[in-house]
Amino acid sequence: MNEQDTTHPGSEVASTPEHGTAVRLDQGHVVGDGGLPERFTNPGLPEHVARMADLDEAAARRAEKQVATLFAISIIGTLAFIVCYFAISLETTIFVPGIGETSASNFALGVSLALGLLGIGFGAVHWAKTLMPDEEVVEERHPLRATDESRERVVEELRVGGGSSQITRRPMIKYTLGGALGLFAVPLVLQVAGSLGPMPQNSLSQTFWNGGPSGPGQDPTFVPLRLMRDPENTPIKAEDVTIGSVFHVMPQGLLPDPVTGDGGTPNLLEEAAKAAVLLMRLDEDLIQSQKQRDWGYHGIIAYSKICTHVGCPVGLYEQQTHHLLCPCHQSTFDVTQDAKVIFGPAKRPLPQLQITVDDEGYLVSAAPFQEAVGPSFWERG
Amino acid sequence: MNALAARRRHPAAIAILIMLGLFLTGAVYTVIAPKDADATTQSLSAQSVEEGQALFRANCASCHGLNAEGRATGNGDKKAGPALAGVGAAAVDFQVGTGRMPLAGPMVQAPSGEVKFTDDQIAALGAYIASLAPGPEVPSDEAVDPLKGDPARGGELFRVNCAMCHNFAGAGGALTRGKYAPAIDDVTSKHIYEAMLTGPQSMPVFGDTNLTPESKRDVIAFLTTIDEQESPGGLKLGSLGPVSEGLFAWVFGLGILVGAAVWLGSKSA
Repeated sequence: MNEQDTTHPGSEVASTPEHGTAVRLDQGHVVGDGGLPERFTNPGLPEHVARMADLDEAAARRAEKQVATLFAISIIGTLAFIVCYFAISLETTIFVPGIGETSASNFALGVSLALGLLGIGFGAVHWAKTLMPDEEVVEERHPLRATDESRERVVEELRVGGGSSQITRRPMIKYTLGGALGLFAVPLVLQVAGSLGPMPQNSLSQTFWNGGPSGPGQDPTFVPLRLMRDPENTPIKAEDVTIGSVFHVMPQGLLPDPVTGDGGTPNLLEEAAKAAVLLMRLDEDLIQSQKQRDWGYHGIIAYSKICTHVGCPVGLYEQQTHHLLCPCHQSTFDVTQDAKVIFGPAKRPLPQLQITVDDEGYLVSAAPFQEAVGPSFWERG
Repeated sequence: MNALAARRRHPAAIAILIMLGLFLTGAVYTVIAPKDADATTQSLSAQSVEEGQALFRANCASCHGLNAEGRATGNGDKKAGPALAGVGAAAVDFQVGTGRMPLAGPMVQAPSGEVKFTDDQIAALGAYIASLAPGPEVPSDEAVDPLKGDPARGGELFRVNCAMCHNFAGAGGALTRGKYAPAIDDVTSKHIYEAMLTGPQSMPVFGDTNLTPESKRDVIAFLTTIDEQESPGGLKLGSLGPVSEGLFAWVFGLGILVGAAVWLGSKSA
């Protein structure tokens, strides 16, 4: 009946079961061929050490008082919490050493709640450690297996019940039930897969600089777009961009009017996340790549602000070293070398936006980004 | 001594030794650390280009050249100090007025520190530099008055233009190779304005064509507002975001849990 009792491990196991001992080091020991004793003696549990409260009634009464005091502290804390909740205005602030100026209500509620909870917790643990019995007891583990009679009865009941439901004799019910239950898994999967939204199509390869909204299924035709200050949404003249300055730029038509909030493109965040551009001006002699110089305008150059690693905004421009640093994973791009990666996990340089000036002297895009901005993806061309 | 020797295996001994060692190292360092040169000269009352030039030659010329034309170190193309024609009085007021200049020695970045000149001397230095070539001027009190700015708009501008380096709450952050964007919570309005205008060190220039004077005042208003804001939750942990907060939770939260587990499991006899 009890498998654990009747099965002895292999013959190599010295097994001299001695029921009733707590720790059975003598089982499971592999008999070695020398060096080890034939069998270890069971050291058993260490001798029980009686506590003060077990031996001395005065100590026990003292422990009782301590536990009661802790519970009383909890009661006081909880009552204080209730009082503080109503009594202290939310606007009041107090100075607490080590924390600084802080809300009096938050502080009082936190402290009183801590007293209320810690009083119960410390009291219970102190009670358990001083007064509750601490004799080590070994509890025998009994088999969990049911008796053979009950197991047989369950099988019999299932067999009789199944037979009387006629599922074995009525195949139509069997198969339609199977079909219904099996098919029910589909709606669960369908709503997850179906709610993922439209496929990105070409929207990962295009940005607002392609001429307009560039969401899934939209295919804008290129028109030169002015470079606008973010968030003021004002156009930038070439003469405005002094050496050493950096402008955070969005394409014309993307941002709403900063005062009225009118206009702007639908799906503003999706578009802005792809179209963000950083505009800088360098001494033209510092620029080492001819393509970079040609795509800029007298040392004014525009680069995508979206990191090619995982798409954080690369906004940290050091005007003396001309390094662009991504704050997420410290990818560093050298602006004098066409935004080449000089440090960090990014694998590709930042895409450059070709710019020029229009008739009125404002900076405009001369072409959309020639490659997909942001992190890599499978179909990236 | 015997009492000490008897307790050398006490569990707290190692912790006390480490604390003692750290304290001694710090104390010794503060004693032998290089001191900033005391470059204070006698106070000047009148601002004038001549006085500024004299001050400049006495305190700045060793790096920036006798006529502020800049000096090379002779080591590659490294500069001891850049040419200063055209940087304007605003740059002088910022660099000298926040104690960044004169620099005690070559380092990756000039840290702000003790101001070594009086206001009059800084103004005289500024007048001298401004006389070399036109450059940005020290802003008027009105231009930097946070009460006249719009903190909401300033916050938006700050988050787009400044927050990536200086942190969303102005707590500062790291740049490459030991450089850093300093915390800007205790910088005067005038110096914030001048920093935007002149782009000191690694910071880009935010000239008036980029951020208009009104926009700059809005940014100052925003920074003043978050500076004065109380923290209802108590400790801000430096407003550094998840790093300091996570560290706090790991060290103290887990520490308390581990302590409680040890206490619960210990024998009470």
